[in-house]
Amino acid sequence: MAVIDLANPTRFLNLVNRVLPWLTAATVLLFAFGLARAMNAPDDYQQGATVKIMFLHVPAAWLGMMGWGVMSAAALGTLVWRHPLADVAGKAAAPIGAAFTFICLVTGSLWGRPTWGTYWVWDARLTSMLVLFLLYLGVMALYWTAEDPGRGSRAAAILSLVGAVNLPIIKFSVDWWNTLHQPASVFRMGGSTIDPSILTPLLIMAVAFTLLFFTLHLAAMRNEILRRRVRSMRLMQAQELAEAGA
Amino acid sequence: MIPSLGPHADFIVASYAVTAFVVAALIAWVVLDYSAQRRILGDLEDRGVTRRSRRMKD
Repeated sequence: MAVIDLANPTRFLNLVNRVLPWLTAATVLLFAFGLARAMNAPDDYQQGATVKIMFLHVPAAWLGMMGWGVMSAAALGTLVWRHPLADVAGKAAAPIGAAFTFICLVTGSLWGRPTWGTYWVWDARLTSMLVLFLLYLGVMALYWTAEDPGRGSRAAAILSLVGAVNLPIIKFSVDWWNTLHQPASVFRMGGSTIDPSILTPLLIMAVAFTLLFFTLHLAAMRNEILRRRVRSMRLMQAQELAEAGA
Repeated sequence: MIPSLGPHADFIVASYAVTAFVVAALIAWVVLDYSAQRRILGDLEDRGVTRRSRRMKD
């Protein structure tokens, strides 16, 4: 099957139905393994056991940003090629990305209190992440409340592309501004500054969270395709009733 | 074995609890939405409503 064939919603649904059980099983197994490694990871020499929050906070932050990346790529598909499956992908990614961004903000706040002595500061990293969360809410509002789904999708796609400007701001905020948040410590020039005993469980958890994201995204895309079928069938039913009554 | 979480155990437990709750809510949303859409599609098909593409094939 050529990749382009998957752009057909019916073929895409067949593929999702085949792939989803395997993806779900892989996600559960990797989470079990990752959590076991995370719980047995040693305490940090400065932060103590609170470093265990990192195993949730960091993957959630990455996926919050990746979710917006997925939406931006989908927005191109919607605006340039007007492909319905791209629109489905963008709409399905929004609540999932928002949820991961929310997890990042809450766990970061809970990590900040014992580490920094405060739940929140208006520094560049925290504020740009909060902006990302608000952008997610804006896109969801456009998708879910527009009276004309087509216009809502185009508006959401434009906001997705405009909002992508925030991604490099989040990433480089710790370098561009003087922030309370620590600079990059995993993906940086010169290698990670984290000890392998903590880095390994972190990367396993990151892969587990990524699998969770794609499992939920595929399932949400399947739901959205079915929702659009329901809508089109209801419209046809209404049209038939109107013609019968005329 | 339950690891010792030190003096800030409340913050660690709260982080894992919030994450578990949000992930569980996402899973519930996806699963319940799927069964709802399948049920509505089934009802429409039972009433003889079919999609335009399927009608054209028939």
